[in-house]
Amino acid sequence: MSTHLGMPLMYYQVGSFAVGNRLVDPDLRSEQARPDRAASLTKGHRACRGCGEALGARYVLDTAMRATGGRMVTVNATGCLEVFSTPFPETSWRVAWLHSLFGNAPAVASGAAAGLRALGTDVRVVAQGGDGGTVDIGLGCLSGMFERDDDVLYVCYDNGGYMNTGVQRSGATPPAARTTTTQPVGHSYGHAFGQGKDAPRIALAHEIPYVATATVADLRDLEAKVERAMSLRGARYLHVLVPCPLGWGTAPHETVRIARLATESGFFPVFEGERGRVTTVRRIRHRVPVEEYLRPQGRYAHLFTPHRREDVLGRLQQIADANVERYGLAAPAAAISTAGGGPDGHGEVP
Amino acid sequence: MLRQREGSAAVALAVARCRPQVVCAYPISPQTHIVEEVSRLVAAGELTCEFLTMDSETSAMSGVIGASAVGVRSWTATASQGLLHMSEAVHNAAGLGLPIVMTVANRAIGAPINIWNDHSDSMSQRDAGWVHLHAASNQEAVDLHLQAFRLAESLSVPVMVCMDGFVLTHATEPVDVPEQGVVDAFLPPFVPRQRLDPEAPVSIGAMVGPEAFTEVRYLGDRQLRRALEEVPRVADELARHLGRHSAGLVQPYRTDDADVVLVGLGSVMGTVRDVVDTERDAGRRAGALTVTTYRPFPAAAVAGAVPPGARVLVIERSLAPGSSGPVTADVREALVGRDAALHTVVAGLGGRPVTSRALAELLARERSGLLDGTTFLDLRSDVVAHEVGRPA
Amino acid sequence: MELPYGITLPVGSSLGNRTGAWRVERPVYADGRAPCGHACPAHEDPQDWLYAAEEGDYRTAWTRLVAANPFPAVMGRVCYHPCETACNRGRLDEAVGINAVERFLGDHALTHGWDLPGPGPATGRHVLVVGAGPTGLTAAYQLRRLGHEVTVRDAGHEPGGMMRYGIPTYRLPRDVLDAEIARIVRLGVGLEQDSQVTDLDAALEEGFDATLLAVGAQLGHRAYVPAGEAARVLDAVTLLHDVAEGAAPRIGRRVVVYGGGSTAVDAARTVRRLGAEESVIVYRRDRAHMPAHPAELAEALDEGVVVRWLTTVARAEPGRLAVERMELDEAGFPQPTGEIEELSADALVLAVGQDCDLAFLDGVAGVEVRDGVVQVDEFLRTGRAGVFAGGDTVPGQRSVTAAIGHGTRVARFIDAWLRGREPTVAAELPVVDFEQLNPWYFADAPHAVRPRLEAARRVTGFEEVVQGLDETTALYEARRCMSCGSCFECDNCYGVCPDDAVVKLGPGLRFEIDYDYCKGCGLCAAECPAGAILMVPEPVPPS
Repeated sequence: MSTHLGMPLMYYQVGSFAVGNRLVDPDLRSEQARPDRAASLTKGHRACRGCGEALGARYVLDTAMRATGGRMVTVNATGCLEVFSTPFPETSWRVAWLHSLFGNAPAVASGAAAGLRALGTDVRVVAQGGDGGTVDIGLGCLSGMFERDDDVLYVCYDNGGYMNTGVQRSGATPPAARTTTTQPVGHSYGHAFGQGKDAPRIALAHEIPYVATATVADLRDLEAKVERAMSLRGARYLHVLVPCPLGWGTAPHETVRIARLATESGFFPVFEGERGRVTTVRRIRHRVPVEEYLRPQGRYAHLFTPHRREDVLGRLQQIADANVERYGLAAPAAAISTAGGGPDGHGEVP
Repeated sequence: MLRQREGSAAVALAVARCRPQVVCAYPISPQTHIVEEVSRLVAAGELTCEFLTMDSETSAMSGVIGASAVGVRSWTATASQGLLHMSEAVHNAAGLGLPIVMTVANRAIGAPINIWNDHSDSMSQRDAGWVHLHAASNQEAVDLHLQAFRLAESLSVPVMVCMDGFVLTHATEPVDVPEQGVVDAFLPPFVPRQRLDPEAPVSIGAMVGPEAFTEVRYLGDRQLRRALEEVPRVADELARHLGRHSAGLVQPYRTDDADVVLVGLGSVMGTVRDVVDTERDAGRRAGALTVTTYRPFPAAAVAGAVPPGARVLVIERSLAPGSSGPVTADVREALVGRDAALHTVVAGLGGRPVTSRALAELLARERSGLLDGTTFLDLRSDVVAHEVGRPA
Repeated sequence: MELPYGITLPVGSSLGNRTGAWRVERPVYADGRAPCGHACPAHEDPQDWLYAAEEGDYRTAWTRLVAANPFPAVMGRVCYHPCETACNRGRLDEAVGINAVERFLGDHALTHGWDLPGPGPATGRHVLVVGAGPTGLTAAYQLRRLGHEVTVRDAGHEPGGMMRYGIPTYRLPRDVLDAEIARIVRLGVGLEQDSQVTDLDAALEEGFDATLLAVGAQLGHRAYVPAGEAARVLDAVTLLHDVAEGAAPRIGRRVVVYGGGSTAVDAARTVRRLGAEESVIVYRRDRAHMPAHPAELAEALDEGVVVRWLTTVARAEPGRLAVERMELDEAGFPQPTGEIEELSADALVLAVGQDCDLAFLDGVAGVEVRDGVVQVDEFLRTGRAGVFAGGDTVPGQRSVTAAIGHGTRVARFIDAWLRGREPTVAAELPVVDFEQLNPWYFADAPHAVRPRLEAARRVTGFEEVVQGLDETTALYEARRCMSCGSCFECDNCYGVCPDDAVVKLGPGLRFEIDYDYCKGCGLCAAECPAGAILMVPEPVPPS
């Protein structure tokens, strides 16, 4: 394998970590590096500065647009993504897009897919929503969409709470996080342990064709997963971690870094699975204690001041350790990246 | 061609002949026989259609929202709790202007849970922005479904066809389901007003603030009201195709010279007509007015059908607790300025039979001036007295 | 399609919402100075030429390199590469092997016979350069590029100065040096060898418009060591010079080299190659304080050279030396202990410093010689109009690299003088430190190690010890560059903008921020691997 420069494909400075790489063939670069990317979610939207969800949505839909040759429609649950993108009279979507309700996006998508099948077209359906719309109010119909194996890619942008309504706790809020309904007052340390829904594993349990997790910190990984998802038929689920500067109490410029720390600490496992089985994991590149992920976030500030909550930090580290153990995240990544050979640091699960 | 059919089977066949491309449904009595028959027709290859068994009524309505949004003819059916479960999506479909047709097999809503017929369910969605058509018979139910698709698609508004649960859905009687050729001639293929199309992308379902929300609602209301002109036109056209009468906005019965008119919706109006005949036989000038199109409310047609000075009894198949009944308010507004008496008769809740005898007694009391503003037909006063008399 | 009012919206409508108004900070593309270039005494910008090398465009890389330094093949061998010491990659894994890539480019150019750029349009001005060492030859090259005539007069038999007479061939093969000098000469430099300038005034009267004094420090510093008459004492500079001329002296079986600089190490390694069984460096301080480059010391130790730390030579006698053990005081200075020991030594080589032979400047008006060096101002001007000095001749660090830097700088100052302009020093961009980078994005890639000749083979001859990189390895090494402070079009800013407000202008054209929509979140700056985007306060719009 060689590039247009005639060089053997071996080492490319930024490998596949950066969005683009001038040293490799344009075809091997990310979708986001392309000047003709779809820009499915374009400028003028009203997301907060540094919004992870806005970033994630463009990453996902642009790749899906490429994968389908533009032959797709989008269904959106109510939430930040919907509100900031389509305040009358302005829409930021450049894709065919439908918003119905908070809890019904998977079902609307199922119906849309059925309608498109009835029309005999090759147009595909991508549905998307936040974690509240997905793991809470929409879980029933999401599960229905899964078990019927409807031809829909459902994407959950997980920012761990109801951010649109003012940062309330959702079924995806991590333990010890402060939300406006899990306030660390008195002896409380924020959200309780032992609650919350592991939506990707729930999806996996349906034995649907494809389930994956990803973050906005690893674009190539995310794009590869969307591409893989769109190459398959039937119900597919993608769970993307998208930091929320407002709800997480992070600086707008930290969005990508925080997402990176989530994976590098093992707190958010990145993997993909097919038909109920985890097939590949994104291994940790430079493992960090979970504290490094927590510390920059205002929603965990009460774990550090006025008193350090060693007990709580320990339990959060245990969660990360358990993820590392369960998914085998700790194995070393390949030392030298290959831009064409898939996302860096991936490994088959034995 | 008339054939003995169960109401559900007749409606299922009528729906199939309208060629819906997507059907999404979730079972609830007494809608079940309709959807079961549609699924059988699909399985048997008699209807080419995507048939989705959903995980809830919300999903059923959401599914047809998605299907309708991509531009295909979509149908669902529900009843009672199911309609309430999907209520959010029912409103949403109307707000989005999606021409979905839904059959409602009218049934009471709980608690207490009750599977029998009244109109509480569809009345709960009175203000959802749908056209409500009420069938008085299974033949009407069949005809109204044909009209519903035409109406929905020509106005780009959703239409629900209400038929009384069990009373109609499970009743077997001779019904004519028009042949496929007739239906095809009447109902052209669906051309959506707007749809999700990658070739011409738009964003459907925007968030609208105070600066435009009133106008959106105004325009939606205006569009819904266009059904008042469209319904008679569609009904007449269907009648021409069928060579027989087909229901429209309202159906007056012996009202021309009536001094008392019983107004109501649905299958109960058959009994009411019998009572009117009996009254007429006794020399009393009674009339009946069946409201077929309940939303938008055909106020002018109602006013035109009730002779000046005629007293009005509204037979309500649902209760508006703390008020009277939903139809009463509409009729009162239609007849505003008239000084004739108007009474509400709450009848047949939760499947209680509305009998000719009870109606005749009602009319007698009305003549004697003994009728309250709101009367509960056949109310068991012993039970009420006992319960009311108990210490609080 | 008829769009229902308020429900359905057309594509592109959000462009009406100029979210740029939210901004309190704005990102700006701002190139910074990479630490490698900042640290380079030769004023190279390695980041800039590595950029071209990364693409495999070696011709462009070499052309950029020789803009500062006409001796890449030499420097790729003898430079102590302060660039690598400064390299930010050293904080991530290991510094980029800039020097090895430089050598690869230098050798590649020689192999392919690439010529230096120039000369520029003739100005009719003529410059005399005294000394054909690295400063003189570099200045000659730069002056020719600027269109001036140049005559170089040199006392040596062959050009190159200390490059030829001070650096052993196992570090710098003569064919490499000759080829790089020949390339300069081909630009039309008049080279006069065996032509020592002894009377500067007389030379100036020949009609030169400007003069550069660039005499190398070719005299060994004679430290006072009490020595018996028959004791064999040599100085290192002379030893190396003689070896370079093919006239190696007899040095015996056991040799002690006194000193701790590079010349001491060179002398000790040369002595091994001349057949000495024992080559002992005596140095008065410890390893941490040794000025010689650690890599060279390591190579010397590999070759069997022994170092006696914290030791001075007290007295030299035939066949033996008296040495005294030293102790470092709190300030790190060696202090005598009075403990004397004897060492067997057939010869003592002194490597305790070098001086320039500046006798020809005695009595030259306006040229002040103090502490053995010519005094100059910041523009390398002596007190005499039109007479400049650089390299070992002036105060400062003495290395081939610094000498080349002087050559390039002084050529600019001379050019200004010849054109009647005020000399200027270009303002340097702020140096980009490691904290400004986002090293996450650089793929894990350890330093490519240059192959070295086996130690056993080394001591038997003057064959070059350190080998060059092959092309694949050189490319690999170049691509380890993190492009500190310079956009390398990784597309991160374009990709990570949640507001789609970065415009990609195309290959080589970089990017532009669309300030109509940029909300100033700072993600582009945070995720720029190279630290080439800065967040600055949003200017207050005029009222």
